[in-house]
Amino acid sequence: MQVKQLTIALAGNPNSGKTTIFNILTGTRQKVGNWPGVTVEKKEGTTHKFNRELKIIDLPGTYSLTPFSIEEIVARDFILEECPDVVIDIIDASNLERSLYLATQLREIDCKVMFALNMADMARNRGIKIDGDKLSELLDLPVVFTVGNKNKNIDDLLEKAIELAESDHDIIQHRRVQYNNDTEKSIALLQSFIEDQTRGQLTYNSRWTAIKLIEDDRIVKDRILRQFGAGGEEIISRAETQRKILTGRFNDDPEILMTDERYGFIAGIIKEVHTTSTRQRVDLSRNLDLVLTNRFIGFPIFLFLIWSMFQITFSLGAYPMGWIENGILIFSSLLDSLLPSGILKDLLLDGIIAGVGSVIIFLPNILILFFCIALFEDTGYMSRAAFLMDKIMHLIGLHGKSFIPMLMGFGCSVPAIMATRTLESEKDRILTILITPFMSCSARLPIYIVFAGAFFAEQAGTVIFSIYLAGIVIAIISGRMFRSTLLRGADAPFVMELPPYRVPMVKSLLIHMWDRSKMFLKKMGGIILVGSIIIWTLSSFPADIDYSQDYTANIAGIRAEYDQQLAVESPQQKTILEKERDTVVADLERARKAEKVEKSYMGQIGKVLAPVFAPIGIDWRGGIALLTGFVAKEIVVSTLGVLYATGDNDEPDALGKVLKSSGMTGMGALSMMVFVLLYIPCLATVATIKKETGSSKWMLFSICYSTGLAWALSFLVYHGGRLMGFS
Amino acid sequence: MQLSDIKEGGSAIIDHVGGSAALRRRIHEMGIIKGSQIYVEKYAPLRDPIELIVKGYHISMRVEEAQQISVKTVD
Repeated sequence: MQVKQLTIALAGNPNSGKTTIFNILTGTRQKVGNWPGVTVEKKEGTTHKFNRELKIIDLPGTYSLTPFSIEEIVARDFILEECPDVVIDIIDASNLERSLYLATQLREIDCKVMFALNMADMARNRGIKIDGDKLSELLDLPVVFTVGNKNKNIDDLLEKAIELAESDHDIIQHRRVQYNNDTEKSIALLQSFIEDQTRGQLTYNSRWTAIKLIEDDRIVKDRILRQFGAGGEEIISRAETQRKILTGRFNDDPEILMTDERYGFIAGIIKEVHTTSTRQRVDLSRNLDLVLTNRFIGFPIFLFLIWSMFQITFSLGAYPMGWIENGILIFSSLLDSLLPSGILKDLLLDGIIAGVGSVIIFLPNILILFFCIALFEDTGYMSRAAFLMDKIMHLIGLHGKSFIPMLMGFGCSVPAIMATRTLESEKDRILTILITPFMSCSARLPIYIVFAGAFFAEQAGTVIFSIYLAGIVIAIISGRMFRSTLLRGADAPFVMELPPYRVPMVKSLLIHMWDRSKMFLKKMGGIILVGSIIIWTLSSFPADIDYSQDYTANIAGIRAEYDQQLAVESPQQKTILEKERDTVVADLERARKAEKVEKSYMGQIGKVLAPVFAPIGIDWRGGIALLTGFVAKEIVVSTLGVLYATGDNDEPDALGKVLKSSGMTGMGALSMMVFVLLYIPCLATVATIKKETGSSKWMLFSICYSTGLAWALSFLVYHGGRLMGFS
Repeated sequence: MQLSDIKEGGSAIIDHVGGSAALRRRIHEMGIIKGSQIYVEKYAPLRDPIELIVKGYHISMRVEEAQQISVKTVD
């Protein structure tokens, strides 16, 4: 027997508990992706209940269905184009009045709507009583009380939804907002004109279309023009006429007037179904907020919470990080002993495992970080963080919520960029993504330590601090610049709900955390894999290098020489001699490795690019190191180590000493640090930028902008410094 | 009188919402319409944004946005 398939869309305000209900309905069988063409998260899942296959779509949380934000456009388009069998409007029962605004708009579209009055227990605790039967009767739609986080009445909700979907219950249009006589007259005139012009070709409800055109809805206008050409133009011009008549009569825009009237309609309903008992209980959330956003201790608490998040992420994360690192080591030494030597083995060990391994070890950090962020979001603290930080962030033309991703950028850009998902406006999100890489990530610190330590001994700390500060300043300047050019205008109104604090559900937290981490693993895994293979290939081929000396023969010769001497020496002398021999051999091995990299394709590219790096005081070795740094910034130091033939086990400042004696100057070192701070972020970050902006265009822009800026500023620092007499 | 002139702990009745079309519309959609009562819960530590209570829920907006809303005081 064929199982019947139904599509159910969940609509509702942000913070209405919509996602909790979605999680309960679909559990772990959910797919998280993006809506086509935009970076709004799309969640869908399936469940089998009552002998039906139910496809559940979690629409973005919105307050309205005007094309005000991408979320609203996405939600509305889904209802209009995909025609779900039923739309469940999830309503926060303690916030009925405002929630009904979205409901009145859903009612105007041709679709089957029902209400879930969610968090009914909290509303009751606050002394709010809602007459569900009356509400159902007044609006002619099914109403179910639910408590999402306690899994109450969820089956009941589904049962009612299926009943509604399968009923041939006509969508009754008279239980809808009645506007004033003049507006109704305009709507009726336009509606009949639209019906005449389109002759049944219009896919949307004609009254709804008329209302939207009078409201000057640009998306509906575009659609009409595209679908009906000249006829469409006539419709639009009629709509303009009606708009003008109404504007003249009421001395205000029709859309504002209609909003007021919808609220008037809602006020009528509220009067009939909603009672608040006078017994006002202590509002715990409000009292908590008096402390958490307090004028004096609000900021210290905020800083403490952020600091704790970092502590937990990086110090607690260090343990599993170590285990994974060891696991990878054991795994690769196991493979080392099992596999026959050859190119395949080198590729697997030095290329794939080393490359992918270097990214996978960040998984614990990412899991913990996302858990903390989910905690901030689900408790309601995230909007308080935005409330506290907005004044500062607004100076850069950003929303208060951008602070968290930018701050996380100091840890690692990958989770930081993924955290921009909490931003509602797409332009804010792209802007934040573009400037987050300038927050110097933790992988760059070892590079600064080597260079600052070697060239600015006493002032090393100050220099490193200045580099970090420079990153922040450049992020601010870039942000302001992008805001006034590429991403102009849309400094969205800050108007933001501060939802009551809530105890989060563990299941929701875990689902949030896992969703994002899974994405990190899947996408990053693929790109890092390819990237690692390319870098490995470039640095290990051509295989047959014309070495400047025959290392194998020379090493064998030295060993033989020492063996001769060892045979006649006393045991005491023997140990000294053996040590001496090992050092000489190791030096030669390192020289061979350095020459191998120098003569590989990577080295050849480095030498070709040398003229690019020369003006900023960086030699070809630095250039190669920077190139390999594209895979991961940590690699820069190890590549330099290989190229300058210092050992892994030498004292930490060995590399610094060699760098200094190689002719690099202080200004060159500073220029190198500035370049590292700003140039193309690592492969994983670039991949994340592409994923999160949803376009290669922004990724390429980010690469070119950051690298161009890096070169220009390094040039300025190098030559400016020399002109001022520093060396 | 503008909404931004109301002190912490004060109430007012919305009279007219001004500003750009997008801002006006957003504010109206959130239930801040002519005639609704609004309570100024607090200002953020840096004196911007403002936290308001309207229709039983908490909402925040920037001072520059509140400057666009004219209000009448309640007695």
